Amino acid sequence: MSLKKTLASGLMVAALMASTASAKTMVYCSEGSPEGFDPALYTAGTTFNASSRTIYDRLVEFEATTTATKPGLAESWDISDDGLEYTFHLRKGVKFQSSDSFTPTRDFNADDVIFTFDRQRKEDNPYFKVEGGSWEYFNSMSMPDLIKEIVKVDDNTVKFVLNRPEAPMIANLAMDFASIVSKEYADAMLAAGTPEMLNQAPIGTGPFKFVAYQKDAVIRFAANPDYWQGASPLDDLVFAITTDASVRYQKLKAGECQIMSYPNPADVAAMKADSSLNVMEQEGLNVGYLAYNTMQPPFDKKEVRKALNMAIDKKAILDVIFQGSGTIAKNPIPPAMWSYNDAVKDDPFDPEAAKKMLADAGVKDLSMKIWAIPVQRPYNPNGRRMAELMQEDLAKIGVKVEIVSYEWGEYLERSKAKDRDGAVLLGWTGDNGDPDNFLAVLLGCDAVGGSNRAQWCNKDFNDLIMKAKVISDQAERAKLYEQAQVVFKEEAPWDTIAHSVVFTPMSAKVEGYNMSPLGSVRFYGVDLKE
Amino acid sequence: MLKYFASRLLTFLPTFIGVTLISFAFIRVLPGDPITVMAGERGVDPARYQELLQQFGFDQPLIVQYWHYIVGVLHGDLGKSFVTKKPVWDEFFALFPATLELSICAMFLAVALGLPAGVIAAVNRGKFFDRALMSTALVGYSMPIFWWALLLIIVMSGWLGLTPVSGRISLLFYFPRVTGFMLIDSLLSGQKGAFTSAVSHLILPTIVLGTIPLAVIARQTRSAMLEVLSEDYIRTARAKGLSPYGVNFVHALRNAMIPVITVIGLSVGTLLAGAILTETIFSWPGIGKWMVDSIFRRDYPVVQGGLLLIAVMVMIVNLTVDVLYGFINPKIRKR
Repeated sequence: MSLKKTLASGLMVAALMASTASAKTMVYCSEGSPEGFDPALYTAGTTFNASSRTIYDRLVEFEATTTATKPGLAESWDISDDGLEYTFHLRKGVKFQSSDSFTPTRDFNADDVIFTFDRQRKEDNPYFKVEGGSWEYFNSMSMPDLIKEIVKVDDNTVKFVLNRPEAPMIANLAMDFASIVSKEYADAMLAAGTPEMLNQAPIGTGPFKFVAYQKDAVIRFAANPDYWQGASPLDDLVFAITTDASVRYQKLKAGECQIMSYPNPADVAAMKADSSLNVMEQEGLNVGYLAYNTMQPPFDKKEVRKALNMAIDKKAILDVIFQGSGTIAKNPIPPAMWSYNDAVKDDPFDPEAAKKMLADAGVKDLSMKIWAIPVQRPYNPNGRRMAELMQEDLAKIGVKVEIVSYEWGEYLERSKAKDRDGAVLLGWTGDNGDPDNFLAVLLGCDAVGGSNRAQWCNKDFNDLIMKAKVISDQAERAKLYEQAQVVFKEEAPWDTIAHSVVFTPMSAKVEGYNMSPLGSVRFYGVDLKE
Repeated sequence: MLKYFASRLLTFLPTFIGVTLISFAFIRVLPGDPITVMAGERGVDPARYQELLQQFGFDQPLIVQYWHYIVGVLHGDLGKSFVTKKPVWDEFFALFPATLELSICAMFLAVALGLPAGVIAAVNRGKFFDRALMSTALVGYSMPIFWWALLLIIVMSGWLGLTPVSGRISLLFYFPRVTGFMLIDSLLSGQKGAFTSAVSHLILPTIVLGTIPLAVIARQTRSAMLEVLSEDYIRTARAKGLSPYGVNFVHALRNAMIPVITVIGLSVGTLLAGAILTETIFSWPGIGKWMVDSIFRRDYPVVQGGLLLIAVMVMIVNLTVDVLYGFINPKIRKR
């Protein structure tokens, strides 16, 4: 762009700003930069908040405050009796956003749905390799093996044919990678020789339109006036990228932003005491655990694992490491998830009984390693300190603990090994609110040597979760998962430690904000009091 | 002078090759590869892992990878970021003006205050002013940047409400980027209050980033001045009846400038290192923050390209300093 042109457009924007001086603008102090704006290409929540949850919609959506699903761009759907065919009836009259370089000529239809998924699974799709073409979430949810074909029945009906029944399919389609993109826009950009614009200047059907991104500093959105659920009460939405939590807090106090993400746990008490702020909290959809290697003696005996669990003071861990921003975990799935079995009793903290149990199991002078997670995660804010607390607790029952750690990539890789020496601290954050996404991924027999860090393959447990995966009735599935949690507690492949609590501080002027257990940040329906 | 310049320029080449080697090796020495780091807890299946290895070219021997890298560099292609998929070159130039603007302001502050402070301290050697100034400089030099930054934010922005907390300009202003320098762009935008807002956003980061160079320059100027002030020709100048200002600032300072300029040149490296923390705290979208994020993500092309570009900048500054020596002291270029 020439200098003259740039200046002219600058003046135009200035004029626009002046005319909308009274526009309602909400500033969100976010924790990091998005990797891009095509949610299917990326895996970070920070990226999704700035793309899929702002600009885009999906066929199916998660409810604002639970992990239950509701109709989105699909008004309704039918599932065949064999669970292999999902037919979606699409909403009519939904408009894609327009921008300087694109004005849609038609409404959203079946072609957009088919394009959205074909670009992620068909090598002959011209978008398959665009921007590196690493469709990580689509791949990690096994979609390429699962989807046999996607058929356009008519302009407003699409049928997904699967290779095997998969109960979490509906929840999968509510995930960020399934955000619906415009085929018309994609075709136009391809013809113009700029296919990367799909990622850099996104067009969706969602509540906000993308306006501009200044790298590592600011993302600007404007309300989509044609949004099918009605325009947002906010006129403009701005993400002020502020990586330091203390600085985000100062900005919130100074009124430079109205909502902030991830506060320092130590600041939460002061925030709650401040009458100009409002602090919302929500149990995160995650779990932090210590996984024993159940293939290695003496940890192959459940009595030994249980004894160690009973010697670890989880309450102390919660107070010291989480500083109140967590709850003790007793099940491998978080309480916000359907099928959570609250009747399960946690192993009590009882060092004396633990000592006796170890002796009864014939274990003397036990030495073991605990792997301390080297990075800060929501489910484990300080791995090293957590390992040290466990070391102290276990010393009291005569177990000698050596703490080891590796660089994060190494840690993830090495901890998968079946002959791994030691118990590993790790955790998981849910993707789609389905229990299968925790129980099968983390504890299923298929995941041994991979994401099943306990290397634990129990036939009773595995049969229950495999059965639950292929039936579509949720109540029936819930019963099976509840039983699976009983087996899990009885066998104790992990010491379940904590579920984190996520806080969202905001100005008292903010109205209508909801926290999602999935950790997604959404601003549709949010308003600012004058 | 041209010969002197050419000889300085020649030393550029081996340093440049060395930098490409170090930047290439540095990120690969760190354990963990970008694919596992990107996949996180979710992991990646072995077949997909192999596919990605191939896609990124990691399946080739290191020497081949280095060859591709160096050929790319010579063609002006630094590769694309694994994460954002954008060319490293574009990312660097999108962010560099922010770092440069901040660094220039910080250096300006450091020189504008450090030079006179050093001269005054030297002239008043041993007196209260000298002691107070040098103790303050020592404190400034030893202060951890992140602590100093947070303290300033809490006091200046939180309690007193004098300055904005972070960012480059108030979010109410929005205009297209022309030069990337916010002070210039805000003026060009013609929007009322934009320039003032950009200036007010620069105050705290400039103070934080300028503190260490300021302390170093003040101390260096003082010691260089003390040495020069004891020279015979200064005594002669004083005996001739020249004004103290003329003696100190014209005769003495000019000769004390060589070590001071060296320190200013070296401070550019320190400034870029300091920019990493300053930028992170003040949400300043510059290259410091960009490099740190890339190291954590093992984003090889960004780390390699970024380090190379930064090293070239430092080399250019050093070259400029060398040339400046020649101007200040003609004896140097004749040697």
